[in-house]
Amino acid sequence: MLRNELLAAVRTTLVTLIGVGLAYPLVTTAVAGAIFPQQASGSMVSDDYGNVVGSGLIAQPFAKAGYLQPRPSAAGEKGYDAAGSSGSNLGPTSKALRDRAAKDLQRLIQENPNAEGPVPAELVSASASGLDPHLSPAAALWQVPRIARARGVEESRVRTIIESNIEGRDLLVLGEPRVNVLLVNRALDRHFGRPPLATR
Amino acid sequence: MTAIGWVQIVLFFAVVLALTKPLGAYMFRVFEGERQPLPRVFGRIERFTYRLCGVDPAQGQTWPVYAFSLLAFSFLGVLVTYGIERLQHVLPLNPQHLAAVEPALAFNTAASFTTNTNWQAYVPETTVSYLTQMAGLAWHNFTSAAAGIAVALVIARGLTRKAGPLAGKTIGNFWVDLVRSTIYVLLPISFFYALFLVSQGVLQNLLPYREVTTLEGVKQVLAMGPVASQEAIKMLGTNGGGFFNANSAHPFENPTPLSNFVQMVSIFAIPSALTWTYGRMARDQRQGWALWAAMAVLCIAGVVTLYWAEAHDNPALHGLAQLQQGCGNFEGKETRFGLSASALFATVTTDASCGAVNAMHDSFTPLGGLVPLLNIQLGEVIFGGVGAGMYGMLIFVVLTVFIAGLMVGRTPEYLGKKIEAREMKLAMLYVLIFPLLILSFTAWALVVPYGVSSLNNAGPHGLSEILYAFSSGAGNNGSAFAGLNANTPFYNLALAADMLVGRFLMMIPAIAMAGSMVDKKVTPAGPGTFPTNGSLFVGLLVSVVLIVGALTFFPALSLGPVVEHFAAGAGRVF
Repeated sequence: MLRNELLAAVRTTLVTLIGVGLAYPLVTTAVAGAIFPQQASGSMVSDDYGNVVGSGLIAQPFAKAGYLQPRPSAAGEKGYDAAGSSGSNLGPTSKALRDRAAKDLQRLIQENPNAEGPVPAELVSASASGLDPHLSPAAALWQVPRIARARGVEESRVRTIIESNIEGRDLLVLGEPRVNVLLVNRALDRHFGRPPLATR
Repeated sequence: MTAIGWVQIVLFFAVVLALTKPLGAYMFRVFEGERQPLPRVFGRIERFTYRLCGVDPAQGQTWPVYAFSLLAFSFLGVLVTYGIERLQHVLPLNPQHLAAVEPALAFNTAASFTTNTNWQAYVPETTVSYLTQMAGLAWHNFTSAAAGIAVALVIARGLTRKAGPLAGKTIGNFWVDLVRSTIYVLLPISFFYALFLVSQGVLQNLLPYREVTTLEGVKQVLAMGPVASQEAIKMLGTNGGGFFNANSAHPFENPTPLSNFVQMVSIFAIPSALTWTYGRMARDQRQGWALWAAMAVLCIAGVVTLYWAEAHDNPALHGLAQLQQGCGNFEGKETRFGLSASALFATVTTDASCGAVNAMHDSFTPLGGLVPLLNIQLGEVIFGGVGAGMYGMLIFVVLTVFIAGLMVGRTPEYLGKKIEAREMKLAMLYVLIFPLLILSFTAWALVVPYGVSSLNNAGPHGLSEILYAFSSGAGNNGSAFAGLNANTPFYNLALAADMLVGRFLMMIPAIAMAGSMVDKKVTPAGPGTFPTNGSLFVGLLVSVVLIVGALTFFPALSLGPVVEHFAAGAGRVF
């Protein structure tokens, strides 16, 4: 009796391994690739010359003053490692977290002397994945004076570009309104050309 | 907290509630019906599978044989996954040329996925090949979920079946339950669900990692892989093991608020529907709804507390000059989800023993982090893992009926069947193994240097990290206060033991109880019968779950999150 069950266990193991362990993901890959080739391979974004400049879903380390800058990242050693996603995992009473935030805060204040209002908390808080491609509209608009000055254009033009890139909530209620950093930066380059090379 | 945040939470419960009956009724037809749905398609595949597996579907099993089949199948599962991990460097579908997984880590991972825990001591992007993800890990996402459903079915049969000469002491056939869960429920839903996820932006390819040059001229390497097919069953089967390290926070796993909403719903879909299936088996839908109500009450209490806690600023950032205050804790959260959908996800994933995360629990405020920890410690019965939540809750039901019987001074009975000494022993075994595992392992890790050296946070938060790890393992949840470096020999082996005992030593009492209940005589309800389908019973059941869980873990929780809450209030950092 138990021998039969043991035999059934071996055979069921093999059958399910082939069925749901191999056939299912491979068939899904084929079908998904046929219906949604763009999404299945990473939602890549190109510039006007057709060069792929990143994925529209993955944050990149923008540091130049003329670009919209993303949230801090704890992915990989230097951050924004898209093959090493991670949050900081620092707890709510962590001295390391407080020190890191204070340092980021200092830098942001220094780089954004003309910004209006206090620094949005989001800009000193690392995202969960380290690859969050978005900013809230408030955190994006806060950076407008710096971007406009670095590019030598009027603030209102930069503001318009960011505002036209605000994505609303899904189905009007789900999630939060947001701005995709890479798409805004591509739009900025499209309107004003590549920014000068000077960084921080 | 915002109005639209609450609307999202209400909408979530409305959708889960709306799905309960149709999916529950479908599963009743699949598992207990005279004729299974779509015989032309599924029936053919089902019969063909039985032939391949050498199974006679008409043969009933007694509880020891049922348990043996489950254990044998699970044991082989550990072996096969261990083998694939150890040999991945010579097997195909390894475009990154990743080396073999280290032995202790490979064993931990094999145990983790076999037990439906999906604890991950490894960084997937740099550790496991596509073949390991698909055949080694996602395979278990199906089979361990199906095994959970199977055990829920047998205890339901044990409690609800009217003894007859035909059934006797048999409680079903493990192979039939396993195959039917997979073919009729998990596989078809996962396939269409995966396609939906791809439409939202989830990856599904077998490409090597892709290098891009950013607008600033920086090189960035993007991880790739067959994500959506694994993501779908990861949520639907309440497994929770991320294709990537950041799990459902990763934009390639969970790109939009809509995909996030569907992921949350899919965690609860089957556990919630099983309460309806159970009501149908008991021939009294209100028995099922009573369980649903008890689960919903506990879940709502959790999400309200968590959302409220996370709407407070992160204490570590208090008082920094020129920083915006009063907007909530954003450390370890994604912008597109916001506070409400992060709080809801964290509650749902720890109520059900899913363990996927879309925000980092380690960075929650102290009381915000207390909620997921307590959810796990209540025994993963708030909807719970697919099947596991159901059989866990039914054990608590038996306990509640017994306590109610003591209070009114009558022999306790449930659905007309007497609860006797043997059942109580099994129920107590189930209830006691869980805290024994968690607290002993935590105590061990806390007093040895190789335990505390893995901590990422000091002070009371460090205690919480270790307590969370062993709670998550024993509860087969798999989420973590992920700062803890669990990829050490001690944690890999201790957590593997934690997970295996927490799964199988709790499943076996449940199966044994099914065996001892199944052929008991049913006595018709009389005026002295304690009704188990009304609000009074729901209240009692909730109290029993809370009292057992809270009393057991209160001292440990006081030293972790509660102390940290007061320390944070006093402005302390560690």
